[in-house]
Amino acid sequence: MTVVRISDDALALACGADAVADAFEQAGCTVEHVSSWGMHWLEPLVEVDGQGFGPAAPGDVAAILDRSSGKAIGRIADHSFIARQQRLTFARAGRARPLSLEDYGANGGWAGLERARAMAPSEVIAEVIASGLRGRGGAGFPAGIKWKTVAKAQASQKFIVCNADEGDSGTFADRMLMEGDPFQLLEGMAIAAHAVGADRGYIYVRSEYPHAIAKLKSALALVGKRLSPFRVEIRVGAGAYVCGEETSLLNSIEGKRGEVRAKPPLPALEGLFGCPTVVNNVLTLAAAAHILAEGGAAAYAALGAGRSRGTIPVQLAGNVRRGGLFERAFGVSLSELVHDIGGGTASGRPVKAVQVGGPLGAYIHPSQFDLPFDYEAYAGAEALIGHGGVTVFDDSADMDAMARFAFQFCAAESCGKCTPCRIGAVRGVELIDRILSGPRREADAVEALPQMHNAAKAGRSREEDLALLDDLCETMQLGSLCALGGFTPYPVRSALRHWPEDFRK
Amino acid sequence: MTLDDIIARHMGLEGPLLPILHDVQAAFGCVSPESEAQVAHALNLSRAEVHGVVSFYHDFTASRDARAEVQICRAEACQARGVEQFIAAALAAAGERVRLRTVYCLGLCSVGPNARVGDTLHARLDEAALVALVDAQ
Repeated sequence: MTVVRISDDALALACGADAVADAFEQAGCTVEHVSSWGMHWLEPLVEVDGQGFGPAAPGDVAAILDRSSGKAIGRIADHSFIARQQRLTFARAGRARPLSLEDYGANGGWAGLERARAMAPSEVIAEVIASGLRGRGGAGFPAGIKWKTVAKAQASQKFIVCNADEGDSGTFADRMLMEGDPFQLLEGMAIAAHAVGADRGYIYVRSEYPHAIAKLKSALALVGKRLSPFRVEIRVGAGAYVCGEETSLLNSIEGKRGEVRAKPPLPALEGLFGCPTVVNNVLTLAAAAHILAEGGAAAYAALGAGRSRGTIPVQLAGNVRRGGLFERAFGVSLSELVHDIGGGTASGRPVKAVQVGGPLGAYIHPSQFDLPFDYEAYAGAEALIGHGGVTVFDDSADMDAMARFAFQFCAAESCGKCTPCRIGAVRGVELIDRILSGPRREADAVEALPQMHNAAKAGRSREEDLALLDDLCETMQLGSLCALGGFTPYPVRSALRHWPEDFRK
Repeated sequence: MTLDDIIARHMGLEGPLLPILHDVQAAFGCVSPESEAQVAHALNLSRAEVHGVVSFYHDFTASRDARAEVQICRAEACQARGVEQFIAAALAAAGERVRLRTVYCLGLCSVGPNARVGDTLHARLDEAALVALVDAQ
């Protein structure tokens, strides 16, 4: 009987994978539901004897089975999109059934945990430090140092918290990992637990990811005993973007408003319920699983550029012809990612801008596309890598509208604890509306009031408003409590810097 | 399931409030002031504390809205793929009958514009597909 492999990843399902799978079953085939290869423009991607066909529709079944289909892409593993990658964290993507313990074990699963548990906790931490692994949530803090801090803290209770609140637009690597390889995340968490002496863990998943939640629950039911004495619980977010910030996430698990906490104290010392807590992103914890396998740390450290070691799962999104998950060593340039790998825009129009790092990341102009993917190189260019999302825009994008949206998003999602973010975001929207309304504006009724000593009585020019916008950005950047208010100026300022003409229409 | 059952089911958890509120919202379509009071009493919290949490999170609503809901992603990646051009048509199709809710990111950013109805996701939407999705509710 012909075995057909189709992904049951949420993205494949959204593109109609279920109907395609049903059609193959009706044609007498056995359908195996595997994780997604990450070639999203080809989903639903059908694999028969290693050969790929996509994007498949139910009507393509007969042609695929007699190999006459025009949607053939050749051997999937040899496809240039896959062959150009250096997959470590996503090594099993497309090749294994997400909830099959057999597939997981046969593809290197549990090697890291078994080896780690035979080692002293301090040796495990030393390997994580040696690998150079940095937090993949965005901040890029060395994971091993964080683990060491928690390990050294004296407490009767410690926690491992996995931040799976992947709210950034343009990112989906956490979702793909949770849906496609959930055991790897659990293995990584158990390694972290052994390293720091924790026996409890939480995975905080956003409610927008129902498929990931279901997969994690099923995976946990299968391997709960194996993880023991470490116990993991899944908690579901409630639609607040700011809960991706680690302290706000901890408050949310505790059952409070997702308000950011001031640091110090660091969560590593006083985190969940006041106990020392490792808070790491999904990809960071998952990487620990292959780093702890024999030779994993050295292999990881051998890749990368500068102080950014290992691989980064880049997510090609937005208006891109070949979008999907592309894991490669740090150092890859945007021009390679967007043009060579992504194939330019889906609309066929010229690329105008690329936003790297989600809604708080800078808009990058095509003239900067040689920038190597590296935490320090991006920081030097007043940009950030964040969680590795790359969102492409074609020349129909209005950068003034995107800058306005950055403020609007910040206003909608601000937790309200600090003033620069709570009020600054609202003022930012108003200010951009004023800048776009014309070259000069008369004083409004409030500004004309005698007690408004600092307001310009003769109205303000657009240039003065732009200067005010820059002031506002500086205040938010320096004065906000967390990255939401602190980084919202990145997209705004980069849009102003590179596309000033869009603000002077 | 009654409110008491929901509360009892989660009382063994550390930090049970969000899991309780999720179940209350799912069972009754909202977290009403009466539910807030009862949850507060059970967890030994003030009503203000529970109300603070309910009003903080987008997923919880204070009153029930029985209409079908279509969630449309309007974050950057879907904007880059043109979702804003379809909003007017979607709103017209929805009228008062269907509730359209803006969400920021469903995690399908390479195949937008995307929408979610219940736990079913829809990708690669154009105006006609989005309107058809709204009409089908």
